[in-house]
Amino acid sequence: MTAVQSAPVAGRPAGRAEVSDRSRAERRLGLLLSAPAVLVMLVVTAYPLFNALYLSLFSYRLTAPDDRRFVWFGNYATALSDPLFWQDVLTTFLVTAITVVVELVIGFALAMVMHRALFMRRTVRTAILLPYGIVTVISAFAWRYAFDLQSGFVNQWFGLGDYAWFSGRWSSLSVIILSEIWKTTPFVSLLLLAGLAQVPRDLGEAATVDGATAWQRLWRVTVPNMKAAILVAVLFRTLDAWRIFDNVFVMTSGQQHTETLSFLTYRQTISRTAIGLGDAVGVLLFLSVVLIAVVFIRGFRVDLSQVRGDR
Amino acid sequence: MLLAGGLAACGGGGGTPTLRWYTNPDDGGQAKLAAECTRASGGRYKIETSVLPIDATAQREQLVRRLAAKDSGLDIMSLDPVFVAEAANAGFLRAFPPNEAEQFTRGVFPPAVRNSTWEGKLYAAPFWANTQILWYRKSVAKKAGVDPSAPGFTWDKLIDAALRSGTTVGAQGNKYEGYMVWVNALIASAGGQIIGSAEKGDDATIGIDSSAGHRAAQVISRLARSRAASPTLSTDIEEQARSLLNGPRGGFMVNWGYIWRAENGDAEDGVIDKRIPADLGWARYPAVDPGRPSKPPFGGIELGIGAYGKYRDTLAVEAVRCVTSTPNMKKYMIDSGNPAARAEVFDDPEIVKEFPMAGLIRDSINAAAPRPITPYYTDVSGAVQSRWHPPASVDAGTPHRSGTFIRQVLRDQALL
Repeated sequence: MTAVQSAPVAGRPAGRAEVSDRSRAERRLGLLLSAPAVLVMLVVTAYPLFNALYLSLFSYRLTAPDDRRFVWFGNYATALSDPLFWQDVLTTFLVTAITVVVELVIGFALAMVMHRALFMRRTVRTAILLPYGIVTVISAFAWRYAFDLQSGFVNQWFGLGDYAWFSGRWSSLSVIILSEIWKTTPFVSLLLLAGLAQVPRDLGEAATVDGATAWQRLWRVTVPNMKAAILVAVLFRTLDAWRIFDNVFVMTSGQQHTETLSFLTYRQTISRTAIGLGDAVGVLLFLSVVLIAVVFIRGFRVDLSQVRGDR
Repeated sequence: MLLAGGLAACGGGGGTPTLRWYTNPDDGGQAKLAAECTRASGGRYKIETSVLPIDATAQREQLVRRLAAKDSGLDIMSLDPVFVAEAANAGFLRAFPPNEAEQFTRGVFPPAVRNSTWEGKLYAAPFWANTQILWYRKSVAKKAGVDPSAPGFTWDKLIDAALRSGTTVGAQGNKYEGYMVWVNALIASAGGQIIGSAEKGDDATIGIDSSAGHRAAQVISRLARSRAASPTLSTDIEEQARSLLNGPRGGFMVNWGYIWRAENGDAEDGVIDKRIPADLGWARYPAVDPGRPSKPPFGGIELGIGAYGKYRDTLAVEAVRCVTSTPNMKKYMIDSGNPAARAEVFDDPEIVKEFPMAGLIRDSINAAAPRPITPYYTDVSGAVQSRWHPPASVDAGTPHRSGTFIRQVLRDQALL
């Protein structure tokens, strides 16, 4: 992301003017220096990606290697025409949309607290960031046991009797979403705190002098000036939430229609070893991630220019 | 304790060839046998065990991943019978040539041999065999006025008896392999089979949409919608069914042979009422139709030899021979409570004393119907579970819907 942002800035001085020997040499050095990283990236990302793309064109099971058949884009047609796929897309979308919105709101409030805290600043920040330091699988188990009928305390505390949280779709999804929010809101607030720190103090002071209320200062001064940070937070969280797996795996193993896209991929590829079909779903998941990233980055640029321009 | 057994096995010295045996979790019974056979080999090999995950599906997942990567450190594996065909078909298992096969199948229960065989070759050595029987509270059966061991005791009579006595019929209704066990046993007991000519792979004939399939659907649907069902039937696995039987509404339950040990152990530890084991009765798995004897479920463990191990033709075969010897099967049965794969063990006085229902278990295993033997077993089972779950949703259209769905899944025309 930062690369996208800073590229035009770095490019401008060298720009269209004639390139000096020195800067040409520097550029070559830069390429050479980054080459190993690019190579590693090719090996660990590009190769598996293209391999998956290739395998997704076959009807192929790992345990029946002799029955491998080339089926063109048949697996994609199967996946895209399957109601299960769209049900999982909907589940994933709901989880993503709800968690990102709630996390943004709570995260912003927490960022303000961390920013404004006058005393015990470190303690406050540590306390807020703590859930983010816990491994997702462990937090998922903690939440699962908390809501479990036999071992859980939630039903006791709220007098819910023997309400079985994980026996219904929406109740299971609520627990999954809650634990996701609890776990990753600190991450959002951390990113937003960085954004808050970048808003120049004099802007707020000037606005106060001009008679702006606190609410106006928040919406007219603070938020527009940290738009970049907000978008980075939203982008990161959306991509993360879209690929949600651990919480679902631990809490429901995809039962009661709580399966998400990555869980669907996992079950086709790893559990069923239906490599072809699984890779097709995996590629579709990848494409959706790319789509989200592109939409955000495009949106990003527009917004950035707006921030710099008329406002 | 199981650690001590494992460590003792490691004491054999540095240069000894090591065989790695991937076992299903069993409280250390297999690790003890590993130590035993290491000792018996006189230093020619030592067996080290690694424990696989608890549920059968996860065990398969791990083994398949290792085998697909041609792991040479996988010498022996404890395989659930339903996964032998898949592993054999994929070339993951070393086949036993006929001269070796004879000793691994002699006196062994026929369903265990059938499950270990693929395309005419023996790919795994039967180690222990399992089956389900009907467990019940004698007092409840008396109150309901039924004799569950009488021939022609059907699911319908069973449900009636539970309704009459205000008790329950426990079964495994969670969306997992155990539910497939139930569905398959019902269809087989009604004279049908889920899949025929499985060796044709994705062209296999699908027999779930048949009169037998409909009878099975009727039984499940009737139980699941009646007051005799567990309130949590759709998430019950073996242990929930057992605690239902021990509870105030406990009456009847279909479950594996481990129940005897578990109930006695719990009574000794004071976890359950001390009078429960004495009140515990057992009978053959209920029939679907009065005129047709039931076909109980079949389970257990077979030992496969990895196709890529260094000692696959030599020491691994020897080790498997040692582990599956009749005395060791008996030892394992007493140790773990898991029934041996050879019928003769059940006549042993020590076994009869330890397991009063040994004769019933032997006869049940002999009559048991394996689940479909096909390299696509995971898909078939998953497809059945997907369309038959939750049990209360099963209706007259379920067999047809699941038949279509199995075909689609096998042909990669649907996600699962």
